[in-house]
Amino acid sequence: MDIQEKIRKFLCEYFIVEQNLDNDASFLESGIVDSTGVLELVLFAEETFGIQVDDHDVIPDNFDSVNQLAAYIARKQREATSESVSIQEHAISC
Amino acid sequence: MLVQDFLENSARLSPNKEALIFGQQRLAYQQIDAMANRLANAFLAAGVQRGDRIAIYLGNSVETVVALFAALKADAIFTIINPSTKAEKLRFLLNNCRASALVAHARTHSILHSVCPQVPSLRYLVTVGSLPRPIGDSSLSIDTFRAIQNHSPAHQPPARAIDADLAALIYTSGSTGLPKGVMCTHLNMTSVATSVITYLENVAQDIIINVLPLSFSYGLYQVLMAFQIGATLVLEPGFAYPYAILNRMAEEKVTGFPGVPTMFATLLELNDVEKFKLPHLRYITNAGAALPVEHIRRLREAFPAAALYSMYGLTECKRVSYLPPSELDRRPSSVGIPIPNSEVWIVDENDQRVGPGVVGELVVRGSHVMQGYWDNPIETAKSYRPGPLPGERVLYTGDLFTMDEEGFLYFVARKDDIIKCRGEKVSPKEVENVLYSLPEVAETAVIGVPDPVLGQAIKAFIILRNGKPLDSEDIIHYCRRHLEDFMVPSQVEFRTELPKTDSGKIRKASLR
Repeated sequence: MDIQEKIRKFLCEYFIVEQNLDNDASFLESGIVDSTGVLELVLFAEETFGIQVDDHDVIPDNFDSVNQLAAYIARKQREATSESVSIQEHAISC
Repeated sequence: MLVQDFLENSARLSPNKEALIFGQQRLAYQQIDAMANRLANAFLAAGVQRGDRIAIYLGNSVETVVALFAALKADAIFTIINPSTKAEKLRFLLNNCRASALVAHARTHSILHSVCPQVPSLRYLVTVGSLPRPIGDSSLSIDTFRAIQNHSPAHQPPARAIDADLAALIYTSGSTGLPKGVMCTHLNMTSVATSVITYLENVAQDIIINVLPLSFSYGLYQVLMAFQIGATLVLEPGFAYPYAILNRMAEEKVTGFPGVPTMFATLLELNDVEKFKLPHLRYITNAGAALPVEHIRRLREAFPAAALYSMYGLTECKRVSYLPPSELDRRPSSVGIPIPNSEVWIVDENDQRVGPGVVGELVVRGSHVMQGYWDNPIETAKSYRPGPLPGERVLYTGDLFTMDEEGFLYFVARKDDIIKCRGEKVSPKEVENVLYSLPEVAETAVIGVPDPVLGQAIKAFIILRNGKPLDSEDIIHYCRRHLEDFMVPSQVEFRTELPKTDSGKIRKASLR
């Protein structure tokens, strides 16, 4: 299952959204999530994808639609991988 | 004065002034006024009559603001319904007020398909966006908001309403579990808006941000008051993204920030909130529930330029009191003095006025005391009782208060078991009714428990029928399907028995 699908599955189970939800629809404007809902989304992203969400990252650009959230998660995963690679490289060079 | 005069006067006096900012949209007073005229003319063409109810089932948006003024311009009564309201409750609300028109977002089409045919009074539906398939009800005519803005005339329809007419119904949770529609006349609403503007010293240069739902009177009045003084309202869909709100406030040079304790608690949890100095912020207001004294201190540290107003009110009269910011150091836990042009007193159980320091029920008198609950004379008679003048009614708030020697008010507790979560009233009964509709639930009791962020968190105690496997996630998930977001319990505790009184009622006091 790709990131989008996992997000959609979570939304369907947790927020009772319609199956045909547009991947670009704003969560907030469509009333899908409110302020507590965003906290749930943050927890979901951290637990399901093993990323660390910084407070400053909790903005509509990252969290307000399926596509935005998927892009954010993919970016955080890439950052985490490149960090761990650079740590390994560092360890080898020592 | 009528409520729509707020918009019409500002459109006449400062037609090009920015009235409403929402996302990328920036609208001047004359644009909003013209949009509202077009929608009002569409309502009238669809047969809306003076005094008809028009329901607006939308989140915070330009369309909501336009629709409420359009309803008033068509001599109708508007009611704004929280967009997280589920089908069953929407049906109840529309039938309770016998709405003749509904404005709703097309993306709620599956709810509209199930609800609209079950509301016999409904004749006209305006959708924001296009419905994917028509609603199979031939008596219902349907237009889109956009088509109306393109084709309906922009002239102002002649107003026939007077200020003794109802302008709005604002639904609030009742202890019986059924929401009650507070009937607000134009006079009630213009009186209280004027009073609040007076003590906040609002001016046309103010830029007020509103993140509160417009279905909630505290949010709604931000629109009304901003438009009354010809100020600018920055409307946000909600408070989900605190950093986005802080950035918005900085970019738009916001001068006024109304909020509830949950929002302020969220802001204070951010580790760098004081970096946002917000030099233009002139005032912060708190209502909905009391702000902890420690949060008052930290808010003032974080936003030193802003005066902080602690306020108290209830939908039944909108606002009761405010604490002048100069008194905050001396009486941090007080909600202050009666708002301008109103009076209050405290009575004991025998309806006798009590002196300073004595706890009793707060009673409110003034032209802001609304007209009672729509179609509900029994509940109306409990809260709205005869006042000092013949025919006058005063509001018994159901809240216990004390007053100090100088007349400053202190909230003590509610008389009933209504929960205040995120600043909004939640009826435990309404939540319990939903839980009882689960066949696995044998018995349940819902209470509010103290929570540092929510004020009160909603906690459900549940006894399951023998051997039925349900966990707390199942319960919360079920509640999400049937209740608005702010009513969903955040804590569930399973028990094998619940404490009872001798008469067999659940003793909630023992659960707290």
